[in-house]
Amino acid sequence: MFNISVLQEPESLEAAVEMLRADPGLRIIAGGTDVLIRVQHGGEGWSQLLSLRNVKELEAISLRADGTIVIGATAPFARIFEDPIIREHLPSLAEAAVSMGGPQIRNVATIGGNICNGAVSGDSASTLFALDALLRLESAEGERIIPIHEFYAGPGKVHLRPGELLTAILVPRSSYQGTGGHYIKFAMRKAMDIATLGVSVICRVKDGAFEDLRIGLGVAAPVPIRCAEAEAYAIGRPVTVECCREIGKLAVKATKARTSWRASKDYREHLVEVLTERAVLESAQRAGGRHAE
Amino acid sequence: MSLKIVGKSVQRLDAIEKVTGRARYSEDFFERDMLVGKVLRSPHAHALVKRIDVSRAQALPGVEAVILPKDLPSIKFPTAGHPWSLDVAHRDVADRLILTEKARFVGDAIAAVVAVDLLTAEKALHLIDVEYEVLPFVLTPEDAMKEGAPVLHEERPSNIVSTFGAQYGDIDAEFRTADRVFEGEFETSIVQHCHLENQTAFAFVDSHGRVVINSSTQIPHIVRRIVAQALGLRWGKVQVIKPYIGGGFGAKQDVVIEPLVAAMTLAVHGRPVRCSFTREEVFIDSRTRHAMKIHLRIAASNAGMLQGIEVKLLSNTGAYASHGHSIAMSAGSKFRPLYHFRSYRFEPKTVYTNLPVAGAMRGYGVPQMFFALESLLEDIARELKLDPIEFRRQNLISVGHQDPLTKNIVRSFGIPECIDKGKALIQWDAKKKAYANQTGHLRRGLGMACFSYASGTHPVGLELAGARIVMHQDGSVTLQVGATEIGQGSDTVFAQITAEVLGIPLDMVHVVTVQDTDITPFDTGAYASRQTFITGVAVRKAALEARDQVLAIAARKCGLTPDELDIRDCAIVERALGRTLCSLEDIAMDSYYDRIYADPIKSDVSANVRVNAMSYGVTFMAVEVDMQTGKIQVLELYNVHDSGVIINPKLAEGQVHGGVSMALGAALLEQMLFDPATGKSLNNNLLDYKLPTILDTPTIHAAFVETHDAAGSFGSKSLGECPVISPAPALRNAVLDATGVAFHKIPLYPQTVFEKFKELGKLSERSGDDVQHLSPARA
Repeated sequence: MFNISVLQEPESLEAAVEMLRADPGLRIIAGGTDVLIRVQHGGEGWSQLLSLRNVKELEAISLRADGTIVIGATAPFARIFEDPIIREHLPSLAEAAVSMGGPQIRNVATIGGNICNGAVSGDSASTLFALDALLRLESAEGERIIPIHEFYAGPGKVHLRPGELLTAILVPRSSYQGTGGHYIKFAMRKAMDIATLGVSVICRVKDGAFEDLRIGLGVAAPVPIRCAEAEAYAIGRPVTVECCREIGKLAVKATKARTSWRASKDYREHLVEVLTERAVLESAQRAGGRHAE
Repeated sequence: MSLKIVGKSVQRLDAIEKVTGRARYSEDFFERDMLVGKVLRSPHAHALVKRIDVSRAQALPGVEAVILPKDLPSIKFPTAGHPWSLDVAHRDVADRLILTEKARFVGDAIAAVVAVDLLTAEKALHLIDVEYEVLPFVLTPEDAMKEGAPVLHEERPSNIVSTFGAQYGDIDAEFRTADRVFEGEFETSIVQHCHLENQTAFAFVDSHGRVVINSSTQIPHIVRRIVAQALGLRWGKVQVIKPYIGGGFGAKQDVVIEPLVAAMTLAVHGRPVRCSFTREEVFIDSRTRHAMKIHLRIAASNAGMLQGIEVKLLSNTGAYASHGHSIAMSAGSKFRPLYHFRSYRFEPKTVYTNLPVAGAMRGYGVPQMFFALESLLEDIARELKLDPIEFRRQNLISVGHQDPLTKNIVRSFGIPECIDKGKALIQWDAKKKAYANQTGHLRRGLGMACFSYASGTHPVGLELAGARIVMHQDGSVTLQVGATEIGQGSDTVFAQITAEVLGIPLDMVHVVTVQDTDITPFDTGAYASRQTFITGVAVRKAALEARDQVLAIAARKCGLTPDELDIRDCAIVERALGRTLCSLEDIAMDSYYDRIYADPIKSDVSANVRVNAMSYGVTFMAVEVDMQTGKIQVLELYNVHDSGVIINPKLAEGQVHGGVSMALGAALLEQMLFDPATGKSLNNNLLDYKLPTILDTPTIHAAFVETHDAAGSFGSKSLGECPVISPAPALRNAVLDATGVAFHKIPLYPQTVFEKFKELGKLSERSGDDVQHLSPARA
């Protein structure tokens, strides 16, 4: 039994934006896999909801003529995993999508909800960081587009303005073309779990050397992060085990891990080192493989 | 005698009902205008309620009653699902009240609300103002036993529930004279049953003033007794109905919710009230498995012959005794009829702490004990440079062994064959070779562990079972048993036994799966792996009595003696000639309608089983350890069991799958965690408590060595709890084989493993293989 006093169910984005303008206190619910838990726990301010379930235009995944991939904010993870555009161009995002929850959760949980929930453990976040994804936000005042790394404000907090709605995630062609990528979700279970650490790597390899390397980490700091020093170190260096090991070590420098009952700082930092190394190696192989074709 | 139905994998009786969703569980039953009850729980681990104001809650529209301890009889009652004992000294500890003015753990029930719906009830809980006097608390037995430690129960100022132990032989002499004395301390964590169906019950007062409770319980007859005791009612004033239940594993071999729901209906003049725990409540206020610290000392010869064992066991029972010391005693006794120890000393301590209450859980203390024993035996084998399997084998007892203390006799002992079978199945020798000289960060290893277990509780507890059979006009029968089907498949096994004895097909046996204390034969319930072994005896006895009646009528009709007759495929046959004389239906019709002799065929029996049979088995396991992350993967696993004659192989396999997965969860991932600063549970939900999913569960192979045990019905022995015992030590031993690191505590949680590797300088063990991941051509 849920303590829901208001449930708005707009049929279009326009209507949704208008309802939010009229009542910025409405909480947005998409798949509900995070929101309903808060409602059930009787959290303050979670009884008035605006559901995006009927706003079908927000579910689409498309490839624009300029090569930008547009992922609707309410695309569920199961759809992202199965989508041919994602599978062809953003395979590491497909890996991240299928690592999330279990089949039932993936059928309803949305990528936009995963981002707006602000959880540092969100499975899509580290990959979208590595992909330099952009977020399209809309309110009655209009539309704005911001890089995803400007969106996270702190644990469970995002820079969503009152009356504002995330409508899509954009991945420009320059972010993914010719890259290899790999997402490692490190969790205690193989399903139905939150990440102890998420490592997502995107890279380009040319003539056996790193041309581009982007490392996104989840649960390594209060918000998802990139690893600037490690990324810079890699550029121009040959892809070797030693190089990847060094990248792993440097990645730790970007982290602000802390000890909680879930895992110690020491363990998290160790995982960052070894899993980054593994993810970079695997991505480089994938990038190299593609390069060779 | 060749058996037609016993020993066959017949489909379980409830299969269709369960997969189609037609099976009805407690929450599928509705009474008109049913109210909802909720519990107000203490936020403090140890506190006195100084003042409580319920006026705002009472004023909330829709609130029908707010119940406080002062509204209830102040009768302390025991909650353990044991048969009542006429011997006062043998009774369970009566230390619980339905609601308490002294909270002893975070979550202890302080007050209750009955309201028209769940939301109203939850809102009302927030409107109760409580002023607590917060007391110091203890979370470990060591702290609880310290001088000046806060006292949980004034009846036991030492916080010790019991230190009752046992011994035989001269263990001190053994330790003085033995070639070698080995020692080790092992520890297990608090885990929870995670039965699919949370504790739930509803109750009302019927027109005769009797309290009727429908509950998800393993022990309806015991629930009736305890509800009556807790509320000061005559036992006959309480009726308990148990429909289908969604798992129990011991958490429902205890009275958890029923006295409360009875108090709730009594508070609203008998109107129906439902009280269902949430998952979060189940974790903190049903039951858990006792965390144990077990210190072993073993005396042995240089040749590896075991001589004496000393077991010092510290058991954390939480805030109330529940099954309390019985579980420590089970741990200290059921391992004995396996290896030959000529002397033994057992010094257990069961201690109160300000934590959720530990009670019965599948294996009843024995998985903890075998984790310790089989780990230390592995270490001894390594120390003495003996083959771990041969070392165990040379110390096994044999058929005819009598336990010096329980006096139980081992009548069947299939473990040597189990070991042979498991060793062959996992290809031990070939894998040993393959796993030699590994490099890289992934290391494989092999491990094994043995166990023994009992069938039922004799001679400690009463083992009484009841069965009733009525034969219908067509020769089909209805069977009623007091033992509860809780998913283990006992109804199906009882139907197989009945059909076998009566010479009728399985579909002519209808088993009443619902237990109702008003009409069901008396049986203490489903626990101790006792159903097939104990209740099976009663069912067989009832079927034999019905058969005798059938043959008596047939003999009268045909002029032969009953001995010359048999029932085969629903017909009465002359044994010697195999000639059919008449149908079973003819006999049944006579029993109902013969103008002179009419007397329908029926039996109503009890069996008081005063023997026990030891079950055995072994786990063989191959694992792979990630030396960098501390993750352990089970690659291959065989559980080989001697549970006597297997009545239904498919159901038996199911028991093994479930038990092994439960054991692996506790070995690798599961542990209830508490904030040391507050005593509050940190992970009382299924996201943070890492119950393994099916993807985390390896393929579990079950195999059986079928011995015939004279004590059981059709030669069977226990199985339900057995599979949960040996996987944890087998896993620990396999990890030792893979990494050279001996762990002493479960679960082998990745961070724990990492920390140990780091401490021992094992993390850098990589290179070699890792490089090959990167193909030079591509890079």
